[in-house]
Amino acid sequence: MMDETSHFLFYMVLGTSLLALVVYGVFFVNQRERLRHLARQALLAAGVLQTLYILLRYLEAGYTPITSQHETIVFFAWSVTWAYLSFRWRYTVKNFGLFITAFVCILLLIASISPRAINPLAPALQSLWLPVHAGIAVISYGFLALAFCGGIMYLLQEHELKSKRFGFFFTRLPSLDALDQLNSHCLAIGFVLLTLGIITGSIWARQAWGTYWHWDPKETWSLITWFLYAAQIHQRFSAGWRGKRAAVMAIIGFSSVLFTLWGVTFLLGGIHSYAQ
Amino acid sequence: MPSDTILLLGVNHKTTPLAVREQLALGKGYAEPLHALRDIAGCKECYLLSTCNRVEILMIAQENDQVEDHITELLFGTSVAPEHRQNYLYTYRNLEAVHHLFMVATSLDSMIVGEAQILGQLKEAYRHATESKYTGPILNKLLHKAFSVAKRVRSETQIGASAVSISYAAVELAKKIFGTIEDKTVLLIGAGEMAELAAEHLVGQGVHKVVVVNRTLSRAMDLAKRFNGSAASLEELFPQLEQADIVISSTGAPNIILHKQDMKPIMRARRNEPIFFIDIAVPRDLDPGLNDLDNVYLYDIDDLQNVVEVNKSERDKEAIKARRIVDEEALRFQAWLDGLAVVPTIAALRKKADDICQGELERTLCRLHLTPDEQKCIERMALSISSKLLHDPLTYLKEASCRDQNNIKVEMIRAAFGLGEEP
Repeated sequence: MMDETSHFLFYMVLGTSLLALVVYGVFFVNQRERLRHLARQALLAAGVLQTLYILLRYLEAGYTPITSQHETIVFFAWSVTWAYLSFRWRYTVKNFGLFITAFVCILLLIASISPRAINPLAPALQSLWLPVHAGIAVISYGFLALAFCGGIMYLLQEHELKSKRFGFFFTRLPSLDALDQLNSHCLAIGFVLLTLGIITGSIWARQAWGTYWHWDPKETWSLITWFLYAAQIHQRFSAGWRGKRAAVMAIIGFSSVLFTLWGVTFLLGGIHSYAQ
Repeated sequence: MPSDTILLLGVNHKTTPLAVREQLALGKGYAEPLHALRDIAGCKECYLLSTCNRVEILMIAQENDQVEDHITELLFGTSVAPEHRQNYLYTYRNLEAVHHLFMVATSLDSMIVGEAQILGQLKEAYRHATESKYTGPILNKLLHKAFSVAKRVRSETQIGASAVSISYAAVELAKKIFGTIEDKTVLLIGAGEMAELAAEHLVGQGVHKVVVVNRTLSRAMDLAKRFNGSAASLEELFPQLEQADIVISSTGAPNIILHKQDMKPIMRARRNEPIFFIDIAVPRDLDPGLNDLDNVYLYDIDDLQNVVEVNKSERDKEAIKARRIVDEEALRFQAWLDGLAVVPTIAALRKKADDICQGELERTLCRLHLTPDEQKCIERMALSISSKLLHDPLTYLKEASCRDQNNIKVEMIRAAFGLGEEP
């Protein structure tokens, strides 16, 4: 019974997210203010449904649902959605919603083809550190994903301005300055959370495996990601790296995030790879 | 009548890229080019318009094969090989030329349709031509007509309502780069009229600060005062570039004043803060390579056209209305011009009558010994006889209803009164 409800809820999540995407898409083309309002409502609904789905799954499994591939990706989508909504509440970046919603939909589609069975929790993961460490890490990915989408938008808009051929995107994308600020803000939040994620992971590792640092592939790649972002933030403050370079760095950094999330699990293995 | 032709030759932003326009021999100043044009055999009246978007020559000339070639030669000089000239050049005659001039004056032919700058430039060009008496009755009438057509279009259509000009496009772009321009600094290099207009618009949009850099400091200070800004000399350009956000360059310098290599250290000093260059000078002031640098955006006049295309359709409707006015006025001018064909004959007829009167009066009056008052009476009588006699033939010539037969009428009158062939 609960299982069916859970399945139903997941398709609701997927459906509302796709609806938000379609409405954002139409809004992007014809720029009618009413549609934007509608799209935002749909995305908000998707965010609420995602939260409900994760809560239901928590009740079903009895632990924080962030261990299997499916669970992690849904949690990732949830963090992107709410990171955006929290951001959106503070200030608007024109048509940012479309790019975010597209990203969320891709995540949810991947989640929909991943096995959804609930496995008993491995003994090593039975700890309060699981929600703390994994939760913080994935929420940081959510903010880094915003920076990534902002980076793509920056490159598109910068291309329009540099090539001086004003096509489809010129009027529809926000100003470069808005996108650069978005990049800076999201990275600041994302980077702090990423650092916390690594620290909590390290403390947990001390408790579970006896040492703070294992050089397990996932740890190594997290560190690489951390250094990429640290370098970028350092350069922004010291040498004024901004604009295109910052956008490209946000995209490279996020590729490293994605590799840490998936590449490591499927290609490199290691003791961190619970989510099979 | 071997009629004079109204000949209009020119290049503009639509036919000719900026790089070629910069090289044009006639694109620099007015005095010398006008003088050279006047010296062309067959030229009766001439006028030259030279703006950063167009160079146009308007000439009333006795048509022969060489006039056009001479003008072309003067216009292009050595910059363009003869075989390529036809790609850039447009040539209009008579009605078409009038029509084109009106299109230009009403800004329908402008890069930014509806902008008001062109009318001022036209008046300026006309002033140069009249000062040296290069214009005559036809061009004077034609240009005054052009000004009044422009005024009519402006009052009867909404074409100028969206007040679009280069500066408008510049503001749009600045907003896409900076988001807001309210806390930005504008740097004007060169204190030309165009720069002034652009700065005015930017200040109207709430730009924070204006700095003027000019070769002659006094001119820079004058302009800076208007915007409550500050002035600096051209030597201080590089340090000023470290502070500015929007740079409008419009010097008359023959060469590039800012190279890509110069800008690299400046960008470092700026900590890569974005900077937006607008080069409205012809020839160009700024190295086109600047645009390749990160966070540097360089637009010249041709580039700005693209921005304008983005929101052009709204104005198209008004442009159709304006075009109709231009068509109408061009035809009206043509009618006036046709009427002009009879003018020499009228003058000749009047002269003949006057000559006869004078001759006969002299002969008669020296034989009679009359008081001055009586002499005046006789003179008046002679004049009124001649003018009453002339009244009918003159009315016949001027009659508007059968203008197309002007040639026949002129021939007939000339034969009947023994005026000889037309000069």
